[in-house]
Amino acid sequence: MEEIRNYTMNFGPQHPAAHGVLRLILEMDGEVVTHADPHIGLLHRGTEKLAESKPFNQSIGYMDRLDYVSMMCNEHAYVRAIERLCGVEAPIRAQYIRTLFDEITRILNHLLWIGSSALDLGAMAVFLYAFREREELMDCYEAVSGARLHATYYRPGGVYRDLPARMPQYRESPWHKGTDLKRLNAWRGGSMLDFLAAFADDFPRRVDEYEELLTGNRIWKQRTVDIGVVSPEQAQAWGMSGPMLRGSGIAWDLRKKQPYAAYADVDFDIPVGANGDCYDRYLVRVAEMRQSNRIIRQCVDWLRANPGPVMLDTHKIAPPDRESMKNDMEALIHHFKLFTEGYCVPEGEVYSAVEAPKGEFGVYMISDGANKPFRVKLRAPGFAHLSSMNTIVKGHMLADVVAMMGTYDIVFGEIDR
Amino acid sequence: MHDDLILVAWTLVKVLAITLPLVIAVAMFVYWERKVIGWMHVRLGPNEIGPLGLLQAFADVVKLLIKEIVVPANANRFLFFMAPLMALIPALAVWAVVPFSQGLVLSNVNAGVLYLLAMSSMGVYGIILAGWASNSRYALLGAMRSAAQVVSYELAMGMALVCVLVLAGSLNLTVIVDAQQGGLLHWFWLPLLPVMVIYFVSGVAETNRAPFDVAEGESEIVAGFHVEYSGSAFAIFFLAEYANMILVSFLAPILFFGGWMSPFPASWGLLGAPGFFWLFAKAFVFAFLFLWFRATFPRYRYDQIMRLGWKVFIPITIVWVLVAGCLKYFHIVTPGA
Repeated sequence: MEEIRNYTMNFGPQHPAAHGVLRLILEMDGEVVTHADPHIGLLHRGTEKLAESKPFNQSIGYMDRLDYVSMMCNEHAYVRAIERLCGVEAPIRAQYIRTLFDEITRILNHLLWIGSSALDLGAMAVFLYAFREREELMDCYEAVSGARLHATYYRPGGVYRDLPARMPQYRESPWHKGTDLKRLNAWRGGSMLDFLAAFADDFPRRVDEYEELLTGNRIWKQRTVDIGVVSPEQAQAWGMSGPMLRGSGIAWDLRKKQPYAAYADVDFDIPVGANGDCYDRYLVRVAEMRQSNRIIRQCVDWLRANPGPVMLDTHKIAPPDRESMKNDMEALIHHFKLFTEGYCVPEGEVYSAVEAPKGEFGVYMISDGANKPFRVKLRAPGFAHLSSMNTIVKGHMLADVVAMMGTYDIVFGEIDR
Repeated sequence: MHDDLILVAWTLVKVLAITLPLVIAVAMFVYWERKVIGWMHVRLGPNEIGPLGLLQAFADVVKLLIKEIVVPANANRFLFFMAPLMALIPALAVWAVVPFSQGLVLSNVNAGVLYLLAMSSMGVYGIILAGWASNSRYALLGAMRSAAQVVSYELAMGMALVCVLVLAGSLNLTVIVDAQQGGLLHWFWLPLLPVMVIYFVSGVAETNRAPFDVAEGESEIVAGFHVEYSGSAFAIFFLAEYANMILVSFLAPILFFGGWMSPFPASWGLLGAPGFFWLFAKAFVFAFLFLWFRATFPRYRYDQIMRLGWKVFIPITIVWVLVAGCLKYFHIVTPGA
């Protein structure tokens, strides 16, 4: 009799559930996965090496392109590393703006996550609902930086510029007209903060909408409860962070444990799961959206009440404003130096981490005193998560692999770097 | 001899009179599906080709027909091209026994329900062959899933039909509708409520539609059994799937909702009169349910579908066969009264 061989399946890189370019070699016994071997590197762009050949500020844009779903959080880690090496601290208003945009980013990320992970399990509606809200937050990105995704808004010493006093409005077009146009512009009458306040008031209702479709849905529960259980010990052993760790019941959050920006001054909770299965990770992320919304509300209130500078005025790091360049020789020289040579960072090394939506995103930076970093090492949360794939996925069915990949929240920009 | 020729020609005309509207109905159903799902998803759906996008489906058909059919290396060419036909032929043939109104049926056979079950279970061969002949691992997985699924839901559906047969006392679909005479409360949905639900859910599962679309499972096995099909071969699978959906939507009212009977009392004049439009209206409601399901639900996992079929649906239908028998025996339900 011929020996029965397991079936090897090439899952990806061109697979709708591969979340980009994951290539997963699955060894299958019928529908049951006996071994999963993730292959990475298909989106490798050499970010770390590129950063070594450019003045510090020019790599901020590369950070956006790492985890291209949580752009500003990546920038935050990088910018903080430089600030710590230089021994400077951004003005308090800039800290609040960063907190605000970190949380906007968290919602952006979790919205994409809830949509794509529901789509992986066949629930298409949530995906489009989530993108409806993403659009509004992306408009905030655009309002402050001019770009919807790759903002490059955070700078060492603060943020690029203050929040706009007017929120851009939709113009009439064949696609947006009449009541539709009115609805789109309803929140956009005032400043960006007014817009965000309106958004924050409305957002919990939207989250309820997603939850109505998923949380109590029996099919959704059957697909996620007890699927891909990560025990707390495993989660720690694999170096997991973020919702992956909190889903397993460990209340670890850098925003609370090592507060940065304005997180020490805002009020929020860390949601944790109990079983560490896909359903718990889903609940944790949904709860995090609500918490982020809380933080956004507090930041909006604070920012409305406290105007002030958003950038340091030490022009060795931060460029002077354009007006002063017109009649101040010193400012002109600073500007020229900063935009040709950049600035030199004192010798030393630093590890700065932020709680990105996917987990701990860290930048380890060594400076040899030049105007470029000597070495930048990026710690991507997704990399640690993905490496546990085989252990967690073993013994599950093919459809569960998809469900788990959904709750792993993998983005290849940061894993391959 | 001459009479035979006329009979053949006449039958052919009748066949065409059913098939052509069916194909057009499929096209419009696809358009309607995309529109409805679009609305449920806060987007527009097709709106570019023709007024309100009405010609979108026809544009898609033209596109599919002029596309090249790529046959994978090492595929079994004969079976590869047979499979779509194996799916389509039963899907069309089954319409022969579907009555649209009193006497308006291609072939009023007494074994109608039996023929129906036989034909609808033939359709799965197309899927299995497609999966096997493509020489693709994704397609094979889809074929295996669909084979298991269709076999188990065929059982649940068959048992659900037995309940109807017990009450109606006939396998003839026209007689089954006639047995439901007497108004809304005399239709079989009332005494057979759980069975009616099971029948329709099994119908959704049989046609491989969401949330039971594991045989296609976009995000798992990409497109399942027809992953290697392109162009007109794919279009034929598509046509068969949608024709089956429309069939299930027609059978549900015929078996449980009084077919072409009016839900209103006969004294209401035109509204109370029976007619094919009642059947079409009821079928439309059920067809809409297909789309609603698709827009709302996540997909089941393959083994969970099996569990639902074997451990929930089949036991319930078996019990309800007994219940239906008692209802009939003790004259609690008197069909045709």
